[in-house]
Amino acid sequence: MNFYTDNPALKFQLSHPLMQKIVALRERNCSEKDKYDYAPQDFEDAVDNYDKVLEIIGEISGELIASNAESVDKEGPQVISSRVKYARGTQENHEALVQAGVYGMSLPREFGGLNFAMTPYVMSGEIVSRGDAGFANIWGLQDCAETIAEFADEEVKAEFLPRVTLGETCSMDLTEPDAGSDLQAVQLRATEKDGKWYLNGVKRFITNGDAQIKLVLARSEEGTVDARGLSYFVADNQFDHTIKVRRIENKLGIKGSPTCELVFTNTPAKLVGTRRLGLIKYVMSLMNGARLGVGAQSVGVSEAAYQEAINYANDRKQFGKAIIEFPAVYEMLSLMKAKLDASRALLYETTRFVDVYKAYEGIEQERKLTPEERAEYKEFSRLADAFTPLVKMFASEFANQNAYDSIQVHGGSGFMKDYACERIYRDARILTIYEGTTQLQVVAAIRYITTGSYLKKIREYEQMAIKPEFQNLRKRLISMTTLLESAVKRVDELKNQDYLDFQARRLVEMAGHIIMCYLLILDASRDDKDLFRKSAEVYLNYAEVEVRKNATFIKQFNPESLDVYR
Amino acid sequence: MSFNIVVLAKQVPDTHNVGKDAMKADGTVNRAALPAIFNPEDLNALEQALRIKDKFPGTTVSLLSMGPVRAAKILREGLYRGADKGYLLSGREFAGSDSLATSYALSCAIKKMGKVDMIICGRQAIDGDTAQTGPQVAEKMGFPQITYTEEILDVTKKAITVKRRVERGVEVLKGKLPIVITVNGTAAPCRPRNAKRLMKYKYAKTATERQTSGTDYIDEDHSYLILNEWGANDIDHDPKWLGLGGSPTKVKSIQSVVFTAKESKKITADDVEIEEMMKELIANHTIG
Repeated sequence: MNFYTDNPALKFQLSHPLMQKIVALRERNCSEKDKYDYAPQDFEDAVDNYDKVLEIIGEISGELIASNAESVDKEGPQVISSRVKYARGTQENHEALVQAGVYGMSLPREFGGLNFAMTPYVMSGEIVSRGDAGFANIWGLQDCAETIAEFADEEVKAEFLPRVTLGETCSMDLTEPDAGSDLQAVQLRATEKDGKWYLNGVKRFITNGDAQIKLVLARSEEGTVDARGLSYFVADNQFDHTIKVRRIENKLGIKGSPTCELVFTNTPAKLVGTRRLGLIKYVMSLMNGARLGVGAQSVGVSEAAYQEAINYANDRKQFGKAIIEFPAVYEMLSLMKAKLDASRALLYETTRFVDVYKAYEGIEQERKLTPEERAEYKEFSRLADAFTPLVKMFASEFANQNAYDSIQVHGGSGFMKDYACERIYRDARILTIYEGTTQLQVVAAIRYITTGSYLKKIREYEQMAIKPEFQNLRKRLISMTTLLESAVKRVDELKNQDYLDFQARRLVEMAGHIIMCYLLILDASRDDKDLFRKSAEVYLNYAEVEVRKNATFIKQFNPESLDVYR
Repeated sequence: MSFNIVVLAKQVPDTHNVGKDAMKADGTVNRAALPAIFNPEDLNALEQALRIKDKFPGTTVSLLSMGPVRAAKILREGLYRGADKGYLLSGREFAGSDSLATSYALSCAIKKMGKVDMIICGRQAIDGDTAQTGPQVAEKMGFPQITYTEEILDVTKKAITVKRRVERGVEVLKGKLPIVITVNGTAAPCRPRNAKRLMKYKYAKTATERQTSGTDYIDEDHSYLILNEWGANDIDHDPKWLGLGGSPTKVKSIQSVVFTAKESKKITADDVEIEEMMKELIANHTIG
């Protein structure tokens, strides 16, 4: 099995028109082709590299990671004398990816990376996650290297980045017993002595907590209590054993990914970037990347859930025929597929926004941007900020819905431990929670409702060329957009923050559904293999009712009865 | 310390997914209907060679394959996984070779490649299943051989120590270099293709491929992209031992056997019955 080549919807994303721009920016017009023997010659060569390397990752995911998933889930990691020992399968997965030379996928070549755009990197996250969502965390934490590359000084970069490409793993150590969603409350102390920093304190719920390279959020400014007293550090967890793993949490799912409680005792560390900007700037940036990562992980879980369901529904016979022949079952499956395709379309649309603005960010470190470039950078950066919470929210919610339905398609067998769908169901559950709950994604997204950013983008999609066969769908979308507009107006004109927060999820959902419908129609119009036509229609049928439902709720709700819910 | 290792590799039809059209009416294999892949046990062999290279960094691993031009694909595949060089032995003169003629041609090519310390290959290819080519190469080179190898445990300047799979266990053998080693499918699987190597070598081509393809980046700075392609004229040989003429094997007929479940036997899941079944399956050579 190859989880990349068996899924043409992935390669399709590499053919998006914006890729040309992304590659040109990322590769600075292929300026490294004579410096590195693996750098691309031109645009086609770069995309061919993406394609072929994803094929390697697809093979490792389909052959090795997926087949290890069950034993890793059973075995789990262990703590042995304050260190984490991965399950055997986890170790194998990691070693294969190290040998394949794919860690550090998006890092610059000067540090041993592949300098891939975010699009293929995010795709790798989806593919790995389809094999094993828990392992996808260990793979995805190479995001930390991205943060080091972006913000740390040259010395720190040179010390740590090449090690990531050689397979040392990372962790981002943010949360503490009293600082979860509210990271301003972080207490772990960073103290400076003779020009060196030392860390002391406790971190909790740290994914892959015993990683070699750790990014730690710590209070560097004594006496402060808020975000402005926090700085970001990198600690080398390799030789001195000053970081001890106190325990590994016993979780519902993603059991292969060790979630650790850690004790830091005089751990030497190096400052990343500027003091006091730890939470305000760096963690926020890392968090956006991590949310996109969970989006990818969620789409991978959705795909796995769908694959398990469709295979079972084709094999399983009842009343003399395969159960997929029954409307109740095929409707369920087509809706699963539609949600999967919709969240994937949103994931890669968002990733392209991130790709463009990140590339400009990199260029800005080398030279001043022209006014046009600067305008574009701003535009894409704003779009990325607006779309990232949508991806995190929808992809993770759909992954859970698909995992639920996957068990439902399996009937009684799905409730037994014999089928993979029960593990997928458990693994999916964390997705709507970590890296910011769905509720917090709504908080991040609602401002783009009230400022009209989503509506503006929706109106742009409305103007784009589509195949004539989708005209009718677009008509329906235009009236759905009118519903959104009047719902936003109705809520916004009251100028009551509490009430806006109360209706926020409904409004954000309406916008998200409409955006995903457009993306599916646009993909279906661009594609000549009929990959998305059905999903475009099925999703729109579903979304239309959802949008109307939310619109009706908002229309009929008397703001004064908010107290009933308190 | 470093070694020159030649890994023999064959491109074979993928017999894992044999359909109804796998055989032609005349009883020969319908190669067009089956995807061409790197013979699985040759990949195990390549891994053993690459492990020696990991331990002794100056080591050179050269991949040698005899076959049609399209077999260059597995040479590239080998380069992606860590091999240093690729050699393709190709031409009409080699057509119709059985294992005797193949091993003769291969040994002529190896002699041309210069000093060699080890020749490592898969135990057998999944299309012919003869397991003869490796041992016959050893004979023609005048090298000792160790077959059914599961792991190369140690190599010194003079000798190699290997773990060998035998019917009811393993034995550890020591052999003198230069030597031929054939590797079992139970040995460690081959490492994956490496991303950077893939991007570096994906335009590697043989001379014939260069004539027919558009993109070509081969120049002085990129000479590593050249896959050596040798015809009969490039190797020192006696024509009567090559190709069909040099092949005494005559295929009388080939049958396409389609397995169908005719009789079934039900057993319960208790240890006694399972053990009895295993004994029966071993006795009639279904397994083991």
